Amino acid sequence: MKVSQSQEPVVRACNLRRDFGRGEGLVRAVDGADLDVARGETVAVMGPSGCGKSTLLHLLGGLDRPTAGEVWLAGQRIDQMSERALADLRRSEVGFVFQAFQLMDELTVLENVELPALLAGRSPRSARNRASELLERVEMTQRSGHLPTELSGGQRQRVAIARALANEPTVILADEPTGNLDSAATTDMLRLFDTLRASGLTLIIVTHDERVAATADRLISMRDGAFVDDTRLADGTTRSLSKLIGLED
Amino acid sequence: MQQEVLLAMLAKEPAQGSRLRARLDGALGPLGEAINAGHVYVQLARLEKAGLVALQASAGTPDGPDRKVYELTPAGQERVTEWLAEVSWPRPDLAEFHLKLIAAAAAHVADPLSIIDAQRRELRRRLRDAQRAVMAEPGRSDVALLLEGVVLRLQADLRWLEACEEAWTERMARS
Repeated sequence: MKVSQSQEPVVRACNLRRDFGRGEGLVRAVDGADLDVARGETVAVMGPSGCGKSTLLHLLGGLDRPTAGEVWLAGQRIDQMSERALADLRRSEVGFVFQAFQLMDELTVLENVELPALLAGRSPRSARNRASELLERVEMTQRSGHLPTELSGGQRQRVAIARALANEPTVILADEPTGNLDSAATTDMLRLFDTLRASGLTLIIVTHDERVAATADRLISMRDGAFVDDTRLADGTTRSLSKLIGLED
Repeated sequence: MQQEVLLAMLAKEPAQGSRLRARLDGALGPLGEAINAGHVYVQLARLEKAGLVALQASAGTPDGPDRKVYELTPAGQERVTEWLAEVSWPRPDLAEFHLKLIAAAAAHVADPLSIIDAQRRELRRRLRDAQRAVMAEPGRSDVALLLEGVVLRLQADLRWLEACEEAWTERMARS
């Protein structure tokens, strides 16, 4: 999808810093990051373990507060917002997706997906309708009454994505979403991300998975808390692939 | 492409060149575009000369290049059986890249880390093309399975480059 650059960014960070510890043990997990993410963009953030990418994601989603710098989400500055206002904004604007799915094992698939809408104060009926709609969208309607433990990893992640969409967020923040998936489930997940992107959602995905990175609109590389590269990726052709399967020398 | 591929495709039943071409296209999808249109016919002519295939007695239709029906000879049949039992595997060429880094660093003519970086960009570009092609394939098609092989190999290469980067970053810092 074509991204309109004229709109104000959905997510913005200015000179973002997050320190942990102090004195000798001081760790600058995020060290001077500047970022503008436009509406509808899919951004992958890669880097070695401990480079600060998960911390960055938590800061952008308002799950953690920076030591210095600004964070803007959906047009509002959130780094100094009250806890309560931030919780409200997070609930309405952000959907989180995690490597370990973080589903409630004692609730059914349907109950897991309707939970965020109920917490946001929607009526039980409207929450249920929304959840059914979302399960259809991620092709999990058949499993509505199952418990998460009865599902495969790929299916659990689909449910987690449905849950992330419950309150119609503008941005999805995903932390290693394919980290526990096999190759086929990874491709299914990337297809699902594509449909989300096509519907206008903004995705920021922290990942080790080159396949996720390769299919994003934009790839940011992080080292020691800072961005060392920020590249827009362009589509190519399958022509170049023939070399890779032994049909050409 | 190995000529044994065409031989093996004839093992099911005698077929015209155009039929073999269509089966290749079905199995390779967009990747089959790399095979020249006349390639199948050139190969069949060679196989005929080598005595591995023979022209089936024609049903009396006029001779056009596409009317010829090929079948396996006993020697061709034998070659197919051997080929199917062979354990061959494409050889990855990692030594060249490895030696490039070592030579570049030793002679101070280029920065191994920028060489790694350039290589990674290229592999990522190919991975993007391959992964996008997998995603465009419906469900679990033959073509999707082949493309998945391409994707997983590229992923393995990229992991190796990551290891190279780590090791060379350390080495360059020490020297």
